[in-house]
Parts: sequence; structure tokens; C-alpha cells
Amino acid sequence: MSTATTRSTTPAKRSFTAGASEYINDRTGIAVAIKGLGRKAFPDHWSFLLGEVALFSFIVVLISGTFLTFFFQASMAEVHYDGSYVPLKGVEMSVAMASTLDISFDIRGGLFVRQMHHWAALLFVAAIGLHMLRVFFTGAFRKPREINWVFGFILFILAMAEGFTGYSLPDDLLSGNGLRIIDGMIKGIPLIGTWTSFLLFGGEFPGTAIVGRLYTLHILLLPALVVALIAVHVGYVFIHKHTQFAGPGREPTNSVGPPILPIYAAKAGGFMFLIWGVISLIAALFTINPIWNYGPYDPSPVSAGTQPDWYIGFADGALRLIPPGWEFVWLDRTWSFNILVPLVAIGIFIGLVVAYPFIEAWIKGDKREHHIADRPRNAPTRTAIGAAGVTFYAGLWAAAASDLLATHFSLTMEGVIHALQATVIVGPFIAYFITKRVCLALQKKDREIVLHGYESGRIVKLPGGEFIEVHQPLDEYERWRLVSYESYQPLMIRPNARGKITLGQRVRASFSRWFFEDRIAPVSKGELESGHDGHH
Amino acid sequence: MAQDDHSGTELAAADSSHAVQEFAGSTGTAVIPHDAFENPGFEPHRPRVTDEDPRREKRAQRTVYTLFYLSILGSVWAIAAYMLFPIESNDVGAVRLNNMFIGLGATLALLGIGFGAVHWGKTLMTSAESIDIRHPISGSEATQQGAVEVFRQADEESGFSRRTVIRNSLIGALLAFPLPAVVLFRGFAPQDQIPVELLSHTMWAKGTRLALDPSGVPIRAADVTIGSAFHVIPEGLIDLEHGKLEEKAKAAVLLMRLDPSELNETPDRASWSYDGIVAYSKICTHVGCPVALYEQHTHHLLCPCHQSQFDVANHCEVIFGPAKRPLPQLPIAVDDEGYLIAQSDFTEPVGPSFWERH
Amino acid sequence: MTRTKRRAGRRHPLATVALLALGLVFTGGAYAALSTGTVAQAEIDPNSQQTIEEGKKLFQANCATCHGLEAQGTANGPSLIGVGAASVDFQVGTGRMPMQMQGPQAQQKPVQFTDDQVKQLAYYVASLGPGPDIPADHLVNGGGDAANGAELFRINCAMCHNVAGAGGALTEGKFAPPLTDVSGVHIYEAMVTGPQNMPVFNDLNITPEDKRDVITYLKYLQDNRSPGGFELGSLGPVAEGLFIWIFGLGAIVAITVWITAKSN
Repeated sequence: MSTATTRSTTPAKRSFTAGASEYINDRTGIAVAIKGLGRKAFPDHWSFLLGEVALFSFIVVLISGTFLTFFFQASMAEVHYDGSYVPLKGVEMSVAMASTLDISFDIRGGLFVRQMHHWAALLFVAAIGLHMLRVFFTGAFRKPREINWVFGFILFILAMAEGFTGYSLPDDLLSGNGLRIIDGMIKGIPLIGTWTSFLLFGGEFPGTAIVGRLYTLHILLLPALVVALIAVHVGYVFIHKHTQFAGPGREPTNSVGPPILPIYAAKAGGFMFLIWGVISLIAALFTINPIWNYGPYDPSPVSAGTQPDWYIGFADGALRLIPPGWEFVWLDRTWSFNILVPLVAIGIFIGLVVAYPFIEAWIKGDKREHHIADRPRNAPTRTAIGAAGVTFYAGLWAAAASDLLATHFSLTMEGVIHALQATVIVGPFIAYFITKRVCLALQKKDREIVLHGYESGRIVKLPGGEFIEVHQPLDEYERWRLVSYESYQPLMIRPNARGKITLGQRVRASFSRWFFEDRIAPVSKGELESGHDGHH
Repeated sequence: MAQDDHSGTELAAADSSHAVQEFAGSTGTAVIPHDAFENPGFEPHRPRVTDEDPRREKRAQRTVYTLFYLSILGSVWAIAAYMLFPIESNDVGAVRLNNMFIGLGATLALLGIGFGAVHWGKTLMTSAESIDIRHPISGSEATQQGAVEVFRQADEESGFSRRTVIRNSLIGALLAFPLPAVVLFRGFAPQDQIPVELLSHTMWAKGTRLALDPSGVPIRAADVTIGSAFHVIPEGLIDLEHGKLEEKAKAAVLLMRLDPSELNETPDRASWSYDGIVAYSKICTHVGCPVALYEQHTHHLLCPCHQSQFDVANHCEVIFGPAKRPLPQLPIAVDDEGYLIAQSDFTEPVGPSFWERH
Repeated sequence: MTRTKRRAGRRHPLATVALLALGLVFTGGAYAALSTGTVAQAEIDPNSQQTIEEGKKLFQANCATCHGLEAQGTANGPSLIGVGAASVDFQVGTGRMPMQMQGPQAQQKPVQFTDDQVKQLAYYVASLGPGPDIPADHLVNGGGDAANGAELFRINCAMCHNVAGAGGALTEGKFAPPLTDVSGVHIYEAMVTGPQNMPVFNDLNITPEDKRDVITYLKYLQDNRSPGGFELGSLGPVAEGLFIWIFGLGAIVAITVWITAKSN
């Protein structure tokens, strides 16, 4: 590990602490780790804490989920409910549903834990999403972190799988219709669809097997994978050390921030409790997934506003946006493009998300390690691509709420769907264009500030009668924040060793032109000197 | 693949700074100017008010321990709430209070610790920053060589590259051994059933009476007035011992009566309705949600899951949304006692499309 | 807060926003369950000539433009002969009629008539031809079996009105209204008459006792707030997802800004 140098003095140890640590160290040899890690620097920026939000909400999910397993019974055997909730008394339902109702109504604090579990799960996936956006827009996926981006991405997929399997467990009307939709989608897959659905549900839909099967995935296989991958993911953060934003004294070769012990530990530890507190507050005051309203699953009823949890919304929205008629019988087989197109589109989208670090690295040909996070404006094309992706996703996401958008904004549902179809197709291009222009404008503004200083607001009358605003020059620290970025220029096509220009070269060159055609270089020393002489 | 595209004339290949030397590697198309600014080094340390003003420091200290005490109070409160707000009265309001007060206590307990610890860290702990030196992730040249040597030696000693027959047969064995596990997956569903067979038939048969969902009471044609929508199951469904939901998932039907003049029926299906009464499968042909939102004047049927719309007046053809096929129609008639009965099963598989459907 | 220097170490620009967001999240305190009482009905003799005469006058002044002087219907409004007192009591009693303008469906607005006038109108129209009557009190007072009502509600009503009666979208701008504060009488009348595009649920489809049970369930929902806390409109996962992103993650981002802002 690294040798950490600090600029502060170590606090004096008290004798009890000394004794206790000696006892533990004699048996574990933990001193090596403490010495190596205890004073490691953790760069400080609010957006660097988003991954921790995911981690800490996952801990809530894990602990509250364990509590729930002590009461939940993953059986689809039919019983007549005889718990406390009056409007369901005597109603036939599965044991899974009845035991979930018992957790809610007949175990003190059970509803609180259930709501914590579900709210924390929603927060878990949301925090992963926001964390991914932060990593993307700051370029924190560049070498050496590409593989950790992939691990993080897999965690995102696993988190969605955890969420969906959990959503389906109570066997209520809402989740049952969710499974019905999954069944319909699987059946639409060519060749293997019918049998896949048949095997998954243990016979015909809905069968009596699916809740038990999803339960095994939900509490055993998926959590084990998530925990293991979190360990790897966080382990890599230690190996790579966290990225940092450019700033005075921040070099690509160092990592500057509060030491893990004590400040980072206090802040992150405190932060963990704050996140738990926020989840607890929400669970105390806000209903989530009121299965007592939905009632038991029955293939005949359905509720208006049947939607999946938010993180599956984009897939549901994609299904809704398909125009009528995208299904054909060809070669005596049914080709359900109304299901295949959304599946493939989503597949391509998430494929691009996971592959992006490698694509960008290939275009740039940059093989160095990068530890200074980009400000989003300093990578205009990447930021614009990100904005386009967000717009595409958001369009699909909004489509999953098309009926609610219609009722709450007094629109027609057909109009909402058509508008969102346009958004998903045209919106990314508009978002790309606007974002790129905004980034370039912000870069120009930064140049302007470096060259001419801030507007001080002080107006001075010159002897000649002319009024000018005094510009206050930057100090060297502030200037460094604005000029310390690298820009790239388009690749020039050169023949390779055998004197040939390969197709790969051409493709790479055109990508590179697309990425770096419009570039605004950081201000250099020379420019500043000549710029100062030229103007005010 | 990537050549050093700019190690040429107008740009410096590598900056003199520490950084680039430490992390050697192609800079790709990065532009590294000669006269870039240099890092000015750390800013002078600025003390906080709590470093300079002992009264502020005292106050911060008070805030921190007050928050920790509040946390203890919250924990006590949550325990007390568990006892003070029982839920055994069959009253939803009691559950609401139990949930809220336990939750608020826990919230105070957690937020007290959280805000206290962070405030401590921010105001009272020494604020100097640590500086770690980064080293290339790949490790030193010697380490890399060492690892390569280990592999080379292992290969040498095992003969993995040399003994190709052994190696290839091992690869073959490794590829083959998971296959039995794949076969086991067939056991996920009953061995004696074929999905396509099951999907092609429902409980409806010639003479099966249409019955009300969920009571199972048979429906007379005269009961169905114009503008009505009845949610229908086959008679006998509720008496099934096994597979009730599976049958219902295929057999659920929506029964509507329109003014016969408003029905545009094709000649071959004119006999499938009875005096303006039509019965259609309730299971969406898109992905299977129940399509049950019937508008009695527009005769539209809407699926609430993905907004497919079907026109009941025109054999439930799709007029909007992602579904392709019309909802299958159940041919109905009336028996001697005036009850509605099915003429036969559906003439096509109901529900979502599947590969083998044609 | 005055800013003289753009230097690190000042309060982070998002700190105020952060505090506000936190405040918003915390402003959910203790509250008590609300219960709504039932409205007593005025006594009007349905069969007296005076009632019908009064109703006719009201009808000719307010409704005849669209429905015709003898309620026979015109190009602008359907015939009301045989729609029954229940239909008038629902349409006028919920403020849907008289209609302000033609649209995808009649909008609810403040009721234009007194309870007595509504009844007079209803019995006038009922006198023109037989139709569903205003239900008796024992059918709408919520004294039935909530569990049976809930099951019937899920099968017959929830696909349009949502399982918690929060309402939902229909085609071409139409919608099924929320049932969260509709009186039992009006729910009953809507079921028997099928207003707007709602299908009719006659007494052979859902018996009067079953209708009473459905109303009992809806009353249960009205009288008992959700055990879990605020319902977020009972709109399901969409509302929950928006809430966790805006308020949950919003509060947490505010906290991250506070944690990493340098202390003064």
C-alpha cells in the first residue's frame, strides 16, 4: 500500500486504547492495515458521496430484509385471510400475500420495517443511477477505472433484478400483473420464449412456483452477488484511490483530502446514520406499496395506473411507445416486434452504457492513467452524449407514466404517447446539441475569466469621461482550477507501418473528429500575458 | 492499434511534469502545450472560527453532545412507542400510529448520531488534509516481470502448452460438464405438459355457461342490458380443485351489450353474438394484462398497462397502442333456460403472442 | 449572505437550497385521521304534484335548451325519458349538469342547485318514464361487508378508478374520476345509470346488497387513512418513484453538500 504523509500531527494515544489495540493486533495483525489505510486521503466533494448513499441504503435493505424473512412465507398455497385488515377478511389469497399482510398489520413495527425495506430499495437503485451519472460526467471511468465501471454497471443491473424480484414476492394484484407482463414479454422472444416462460413459471402462468423461485433469487443468489461485487467495487476504489477535481496542490500523482481517520470516518460514518435516518423518516410518514389496497393476485382484475417500480419504468415505457401493428406471422411463426424492438433498443442502450469507457479510450488513444476528474464542461462531447442518453432514458421513463401524465395535466393519453415517441427519437439529438453548445459557451466564459478576471461590480470613471468596470484578476489558485484540463484534438489519419490506412483508422478518425472538432483549449501562460497587455 | 499520433513536431510528446513521467503511456490525441500553467501548490491553510474562537468551539461541542443525547432520547422513544401504541385492535389507525411513532423515534436516534458525528468532524476535528502519493496501478517493472516469470515457470513445469492433447481434452471436458445441469432445467415445469398445447385451449367448451366473476352465478341474456359490462368466468371455474388461477388467466371474458345497430359484424362471425351481446377475451394480446376498461358510448376497450385500445364495435380490432391482434371473441348463444352459453372454445389462443402461434 | 470573494471556504451555494429541502422533508409531523360524516337528506315527496311541477319549471329554465322542452332530447343532448331519478340526482347533484361546455366528458363543478331543487328535477324526470330510482338510505350508509365490496370493486371498478379509488385515464382525454370523496348515494347512482362512458352495472350484475358492500369498502377507504402514512395520492409506483428521487435523494444530496462544504 501507499506511504501516506500528513500535514497534521497524530493525536496522543490513551493507555486504554493502546492496550486494547495491542490485544487485537497481537491476534489479527491489523496494524498493517490501519497504518496503511488509516491516514489515506479521501478527496472531498459532495458528488463523491453518492456511491456511499447506495452502499448505506443497501445495508438498510439487507438488515430490514433479514427481519422480513423471519415472517414472510414464499408459498403460493391458497389460504383464507384471517388477519386484522377488515376489507380482506375471508378473502382467498396465497400464503405469501397473507404473510405480508401479517407483517404489515399483526407484527408491531413490521409495517415500519417493510416500508424501510421498500423505500431503501428504491433509494438504493436511485443512488446507483445518480452515482453512475456522476462517474460518467466527470470522466471517472477512464483508465485505470474502466473495469470498475463494468462492475458498477453489473451492480446496477443486479440491483434492478433484486428490486423486481422483491416487488413480485407479496403476490398482490400489482406485482402479479407485473409478472403477467414479464410472462408476455418472454413469450414474445423468438424460438425460446414459450418454453422459457413455461419453465420459469413451472407450467402455465401464474402457476404455484414463481414466488418461491423469485424468493430464492431475491434472498440468496442476487444478494450474494451484490455483496461480493460491492466488495470488489469498493476494493478497487482503495486500490485506485479516489479521483479528485483539479485544484491547487492536486496532481495526477497525489490524492488530497481529509484522512480516513478521523475526519472521513466521522463524516462518512455520520453520513451513514443520516441516510438511515432519512429512510426511517420516510418509512415512518409515507406509505409505500399498499398491498392491502391491491388485494391478492387474480388474473381477472387490474388497477388503473398499473406500473412497475421506477427503475423498471423505462422498460415498461418502451413497450408503451410502440405503434400498433408491429407483429407479423412469417415462416409460420409469430414475430413480436412490438416486444423485440423495445428489448433490443434497451439492450443496445445499456450495451453502450457499459461499453462507453472503452469506446472513448479507443477514440482518444490515450493510454495514461487519469486521476483528475473532468469538469463536465471540459469534455463537451462526452457531456452532450450523456445528456442525450439521459433524455432517451427519461423519455422511456416518462412513458411508463403516460396515463398519469394524461390525467394530471388534462391531456389525452394518445397525445402524451405521441409526444413521448417524438421525445425518445428526436429529444436526444436536441439535448446533445444544446448541451454541447452550453459546454462550449461555459468553457469560453472560463477562458474569458482567466484572461480578464472577474467583473468586480466597481465602476470607475476614467479621466476622459469614459466609465469602465474594474475587472478583478484571478489569484493563481483560482486560475489553476480553470486552466488545468487537457483538451484533445481530432486524430489525423496516418498510414500504418505497412503504409496502409486501415478501415479501423478511418472509423476512429471520424469518431475523433466528431468528438474533438469543436474544442476550446485551456488558457496558456503566453496567452494570459499577451491578453493582459491587449485589454483593460 | 493506437499510435502515438502527436509525438511529432508542433507538440511536446511529454510534459516535463512529474505526472506524465509517473504514468507513462501514449497520450493519444491529447494536446499538451509547452507553456501550460504550473500547479501553484496548496493554498495557505485557513483556520475555522472554531479553531480561533474558544466560545465557538465550546458551542460546537455543546451542539455535538446535545445531538448524541437527542439520539438516545429517540431510541428510548422508539422503544416506548412499541409498547404504547399496540396494534392488536384490528384498527388501521392504530397501525398508522405504531408505524409513525416507532419510525419517528428511530429517525431521531439515527439523525442525532449522524448530524452529531458530521458536525464533530466538520467543526472540531483537526482540519488538515492528508496527501497520498499515487503509484501506477500496474506496479513496478520488476513485479510485472516476476508475475510473467511465475506463469512461464508454471507452464514449463506443467507442460500446459507442450502437452496439447491433454490440454485440449481438458478444455473439452470443461465445456461438457455443465451440460447435464442445463438438462436439469427441464424439470422446472411438469414433464407431461407441452406449453403450446396448453396455450391453445381454455376451459370454455360448447355449452359452458357464462358466469359472473367472482361469484360464479350464471348469467341470463335478459340480465345484460344495453351499456352493461359483465366480468365473466366459465361456470364451474370456482369449483376447480387445482389450477383455478391458471384457467382463469386464460378464460376471463368481458361481456358487453351494445345496440345491435352499432355492431359491425363480419358475416362469418354474425352468429357469434346474441342480440348485441358480445363476449371477448379479457387478456390483452400484447403482454397479457386484463383489458377491462370499457367505455359504453365509444365502445373502446382500453388496457391500463400499455394503453392498447380495442374497438368492440369492430370485432375488437386494435385502434391504438402496441397490441397487434384483436382480442379473441368467444362465440356465444343462449340455452333453453335463457342462460348465456359458449358455442365453443375460443377459436384461437388467447393472450400474448408466442413464437409457435400462427 | 454577502459574498465578497469567490473563494473556497465560503458557504456552498447550494447550502440554502439544501436547508430548504431538508425543511420540506421534515414538515411532515403528527396528524390525526380525518373522518367525513354523511350528509342528511332533505325530505321531498317524490310523488306529489307540487314536486313534479317545481321540477318541470326548473327543467324548462335550465335543461330544456339541450334536452328539449319535454326532455325528448335534441341534437345537443340525449333524451331523458326513462333515465330515472337516479341519473338526474347523480348528474345534477355532482355538478356535472348543467354542462358548461361540450368536451370529452362532463366536468364536475360546484353544484348549481339546492338539494331540494335537485330532487324536484329528479322526480320530474322520473315522472316521464320508469328508470332507476334514488337508492334507499340503508343501501348507501356503508353498513355492508367491506371484504366482499373490496373484491367486487377490484373486479368491476378498479381497472378504471384504481384500486384505491384514485381515478385513472381513459381514451381520448376522458378519465375515470377519483372516488375518494364521492358520497354513497352518488356511487350507487353511477353504478345503476352508467354516466358518461361508464358501463351500467344493473342489479342482476351487481345486486343491491353487493352495491352496498362496494360502497362500504369505499367508505372504509375514506374513513381510514393508510396505515403506512401519507398516501402520495394512492397513485402507486410512479408517485413513489418521483418521491424518492425528488425528496429522498434530494434531501440526501442536500446533506452531502452540507457534509463536504467547508466549515467557517
